[in-house]
Amino acid sequence: MKVLDGLKYSAEHEWIKIDGNKAYIGITDYAQHSLGDIVFVEIPEVGSELNKGDVLSVVESVKAASDVYAPVSGKVAEVNEELADSPEKINEDPYESWIAVIEMSDLSEAEELMDAREYERFCQEEE
Amino acid sequence: MKRTPLYDKHCELGGKIIDFNGWALPVQYSGIIEEHRQVRNAAGLFDVSHMGEIIVEGPDATGFIQKIITNDISKTRDFRVVYSPMCYPDGGVVDDILIYKYSDEFYLLIVNASNTEKDYDWLSQNIEGKATIRNVSDYYAQLALQGPESEKILQKLVDIDLKGLKFFNFAPEVEIAGHKAVISRSGYTGEDGFEIYIKSDYANELWDALMQAGKDCGLVPAGLGARDTLRFEVALPLYGHEISPDITPLEAGLDRFVKLDKENFIGKDALIEQKSTGVKRKIAGFEMVDRGVPRAQYDILADGKKIGFVTSGSYSPSLEKNLGIALLETAYAEPGTEVDIAIRNRALKARITVLPFYTKKYTK
Repeated sequence: MKVLDGLKYSAEHEWIKIDGNKAYIGITDYAQHSLGDIVFVEIPEVGSELNKGDVLSVVESVKAASDVYAPVSGKVAEVNEELADSPEKINEDPYESWIAVIEMSDLSEAEELMDAREYERFCQEEE
Repeated sequence: MKRTPLYDKHCELGGKIIDFNGWALPVQYSGIIEEHRQVRNAAGLFDVSHMGEIIVEGPDATGFIQKIITNDISKTRDFRVVYSPMCYPDGGVVDDILIYKYSDEFYLLIVNASNTEKDYDWLSQNIEGKATIRNVSDYYAQLALQGPESEKILQKLVDIDLKGLKFFNFAPEVEIAGHKAVISRSGYTGEDGFEIYIKSDYANELWDALMQAGKDCGLVPAGLGARDTLRFEVALPLYGHEISPDITPLEAGLDRFVKLDKENFIGKDALIEQKSTGVKRKIAGFEMVDRGVPRAQYDILADGKKIGFVTSGSYSPSLEKNLGIALLETAYAEPGTEVDIAIRNRALKARITVLPFYTKKYTK
């Protein structure tokens, strides 16, 4: 299982990459692996305001639908339309396949997330 | 959770184990889509040892089975397999079963795993004449070898000529991997293939022998996930989805397995009534027009009201589309009709299509 340094991680297996007040959000290698073949990604709406913990997107594998939660609060600034046509990209390269960019309204929320080492340990405990 | 004799094998092979109605079984090994395609193009091996097996025997065995099934086995020859729904008096389905006929006085019934005890009780309650039943589910392991390469693979291991074993026929005592097995040409994928029943103690030897024989033919282990997408594409009904105590075989479009001109059987009056007045709802297929994956139990809407619900839905690996099977008011079940599927509080467009989505490739 791949975990990238420099990213932050949530207990729901989302990763975020911070760039100023922007947060790129996707699901982790652990998450894509446990979901299996991904066949659909619900693309969020640009402009929607989300609180931390709100449903940002839904990722569906052959077997089941699974919610993706906003790990930070803010406004959806950009979405990755490419995933609508090629949802399997999340399986192939989960850390390049960001689902949305959130303009964070509270930068301190990102600090509360796990770093790579903490997330690695967290996943081992989930096994 | 209950385990099949192959549990350790699935773990060794990296199978992702899930709880399937109380059974610990692999949903996938390498991935559902890959396993699915491998079965369509080459072959896959499934552990279906969770399925139930019940023996019915005695001088009145045929009459008893005739009473509890909707299909007609009065003219069935020995060593044939017959598919049939088994109904309640109101026409709802107890289970759908396979009947292996050894003789007029000996049958092996194959029932859905989760229904084994319920079916056994149902049979006990309705038994009459000189017939006895025995639940032999723990005795048998079952492997399903499915896909166009199946015959070639299995032929390496058996002395009988498999070309002579026709669709829905079985050989009752075939020597394979050093032991005796029951082999039928049948399956639940829409492909040619075989279902093999063997004493549980020998399941691992049989699995290894088949995997070895299939090594150069592209044989892969396949899980419950692929089993479901494969049966879904060819619209084979799944108990609890397309048929259930609340859905009759006529609503499910299984008319050719309901012989209303046969002597009395449980559910006959209700089914005759339903046939004569016409079914008010029926099973139909649909294809998503908007983006979205339909799932079982989602509502179907048209003309501002609920007109049915999804019984099975999935991404189809063979057709690369999002498809569904639904139970709908009959007026909306015509191919071409536009309906909406309620997916997470949105109404997404879909179009009724003909079933099956994918043409069965049986070797008859």
